[in-house]
Amino acid sequence: MADIVLETRGLCKRFGPIEVLRGIDLQVRAGERIAIIGGSGSGKSTLLRCLNFMETPSEGEVLLDGVPIGAPRRHRDGRVTTAYSPAALCRVRQRVGMVFQQFNLFPHMTVIENVMEGLRTVKRLPRAEARGKALAQLHRVGLAEKLDAYPARLSGGQQQRVAIARALAMEPEVMLFDEPTSSLDPELVGEVLRSIRTLAEDGTTMLLVTHELGFAFHVATRVIFLADGVFHETGTPDAVLRHPQRERTRAFLASHAEFTF
Amino acid sequence: MRYDWDFGAVLAQAPLLLDGLIGTLRIAAAAIGLGVALGLVLALMRLSPRWLLRWPAAAFVEFYRNTPAIVHFFWFYFAMPVVLDVSLDAFLAATLALATQSAAFYAEVFRGGIRSLGPGQWEAGRALGMTDGQAMRRIILPQAMTRMVAPFLERSFELLKTTSLASTLAYGELLFRATQVNSATFRPLETYTVLAGMYVLLLFLFSSAAGFAERRMTAFR
Repeated sequence: MADIVLETRGLCKRFGPIEVLRGIDLQVRAGERIAIIGGSGSGKSTLLRCLNFMETPSEGEVLLDGVPIGAPRRHRDGRVTTAYSPAALCRVRQRVGMVFQQFNLFPHMTVIENVMEGLRTVKRLPRAEARGKALAQLHRVGLAEKLDAYPARLSGGQQQRVAIARALAMEPEVMLFDEPTSSLDPELVGEVLRSIRTLAEDGTTMLLVTHELGFAFHVATRVIFLADGVFHETGTPDAVLRHPQRERTRAFLASHAEFTF
Repeated sequence: MRYDWDFGAVLAQAPLLLDGLIGTLRIAAAAIGLGVALGLVLALMRLSPRWLLRWPAAAFVEFYRNTPAIVHFFWFYFAMPVVLDVSLDAFLAATLALATQSAAFYAEVFRGGIRSLGPGQWEAGRALGMTDGQAMRRIILPQAMTRMVAPFLERSFELLKTTSLASTLAYGELLFRATQVNSATFRPLETYTVLAGMYVLLLFLFSSAAGFAERRMTAFR
């Protein structure tokens, strides 16, 4: 059994009175590729965003390489919550990369500058070294000839591939993909999914929130169906997507299959 | 009714007017530099999650927004020596009055520009492991600045024209020198026409340079 890279214990997230995540226990082993599926509002994006602290968990723990993130803080009434220092979160985020649905490239920087930015500003690498690493990642996503273009000149698919290279350049231990193809025109989805599959073949550990069930089936090692903030059904792609046991999973899959031909 | 325009006498005083022009530019440059720096600090304070930083900055902005500029000039020049036992010369008093007032307005310009960027850019910076300070410096401010150009210029033009209030402190800027030229030549129409022309020329050069800078800054769009 490979080592557990990322783990959550009893993870809860509330937005005001709304409970989005209700006690998530997740273990991610090195080299695993986990697809998280579920309806809108099921909490799948929130779960992903709690893993690199784009959202602060309301309760529970996140552990990276077995080490809990944050420090426990005991309140006067006896409750214990976790306090997260900004410096600790910066360290976590260097090790857990994220790709967003809306790409979020830096529009005032060229492609190569986007990919170099984390290496220069956060890791403080010399320019030549950062450039070398950035080039290698842009090669990986097949965009080595667009180095000096600004994001506004790229298609959505190209922008998302640059965003992937930007996250990869930091050499994270885990990659998080938050609906990476949901804001793309259908004909641009393929090029982004191919880039992600290349990473999968290289053994990159990843969690992927997606509506591309076919991609999840072919690329994921495990599929999690999230509903009402809990894991409703988990297992191999074959088990969850081909032979779902729970009624709700079947209904979800049926709604996705409604208009296939 | 006919009026015989005669610019000769006024133009003979060109050295005095040029001296005034330099005085105006000195105050404007010092006040813009100081005002921008202070304005940036105020904007960051107003955007802070801590009320202890937010509240004083908001009070500062409200105070300056709701009082006329000439009051600030008089306060720095006449009240400071009495209240704080600090005497300022006319240049310093005018610069401070303009800089603090403009800082309040610049702060609102900066705050608006920074707020106009959605959460996605912050998140992209943080997701790479940046501190909020790094994200602000590398990601947010460079983009916010391109959106601030127009209101920033508007404010700076206003400031440049408000330097004329320094004449009330007998500081040798353009308007003060013009009144001197007027007393010497008894040609008010010509004097103030030349004065208006000098302001127009100065601000026109300013806006041309700014337009060039704006096009270069927004080349990525």
